[in-house]
Amino acid sequence: MAFLEGVVFAVLLICLLFIIRLYIVVKSEPKYKPGTKGPIAVLVVAGSVCLVCSLGGHTTEILRLMESLSAAYAPRHYVIADTDKMSEEKICTFESSKQHSDSESQFTICRIPRSREVHQSWSSSVVSTLNALWYSLPLVFRLRPDMVLCNGPGTCVPLCVAGLLLGILGMKKVLIVYVESICRVHSLSLSGKILYPISDYFFVQWSSLRDKYPKSIFLGRIV
Amino acid sequence: MKTVFVTVGTTSFDELIERITSSEAVQALKARGYERLVLQVGRGSLLPAADSCPHITLEAFRFKDSIADDMKQADLVISHAGAGSCLEALGAGKPLLVVVNDKLMNNHQLELAKQLHMDSHLLYCTCSTLTETLTTMDLSVLQPFLPGQPKNFANFLDKALGVQ
Repeated sequence: MAFLEGVVFAVLLICLLFIIRLYIVVKSEPKYKPGTKGPIAVLVVAGSVCLVCSLGGHTTEILRLMESLSAAYAPRHYVIADTDKMSEEKICTFESSKQHSDSESQFTICRIPRSREVHQSWSSSVVSTLNALWYSLPLVFRLRPDMVLCNGPGTCVPLCVAGLLLGILGMKKVLIVYVESICRVHSLSLSGKILYPISDYFFVQWSSLRDKYPKSIFLGRIV
Repeated sequence: MKTVFVTVGTTSFDELIERITSSEAVQALKARGYERLVLQVGRGSLLPAADSCPHITLEAFRFKDSIADDMKQADLVISHAGAGSCLEALGAGKPLLVVVNDKLMNNHQLELAKQLHMDSHLLYCTCSTLTETLTTMDLSVLQPFLPGQPKNFANFLDKALGVQ
């Protein structure tokens, strides 16, 4: 009995430490400036061509953001859903066009199972998100990016959680940068709602969202 | 030839296709000088034949890999309220009339179309007011929709992360 009590106590203690650590990592002021130490390794979550809001979809939007970033953001690791051929082609086309300007340009493409299909039910979303998390953890722990950049495809939540975990364990501070789609005017997407509390820089593209979510950053339309 | 391009994206919107090919709507288009009507009907059950509208040149198809060329050739785009279609038409710099499918309620897609209408980037009507809108609309009130500025994002991030 005493042994069981000890185990319960230990588990509770670990949970408490975890929560305290989570609080510290999430609440830490954005003083962390990895750019002062050299190039910034970026994990880019490139989404599928989402039919619901597609101007080419999430991938096109995020590549437009990547295009604006300087050569200081390297290497660039793109993560796509394993079923997503179209995004892979777009990324390769984009990176090869970038190669002309800086010869040291380096990028990789990694695949993980898709966590959430459009119109998928809540309960099966949870299962497939856990499955995606199982693949995201080793990936993020291996790449140890300085920041994760995403704009809301289903795959981004497990990757950001994995990045957060790296910070909680004290292995590396991973900045989570989220850009909400231009399609969201008054309400956040599901990914946005989940990532709002844990992201370091949360961009929205309509002032009405900025008013509702005080932590968010509004710079006008950026994509 | 002045062309109208009608697009329903990946949805089906038979009522719009039916209304726009009705003789009243075609008359309204002709009166404005439009002579060609291209319909992208998606998953709808109506796929009008080329000779179904005697007074206007008609083309209809379900899907294409890219409708960018159709957008480019159009002098007016009539679209469902889908965000992708709206942004593509505005991105191509075309006057846009959005026809709302009032049978779809509480669709978050409408958020964007409504906001863009409030900011005078597009015109907005329902199927029942389509012909009237085509007759009375004033395209000159539309404001150009400027492209997004990813550079602002990059500058912000550079500063925040201390990139020199």
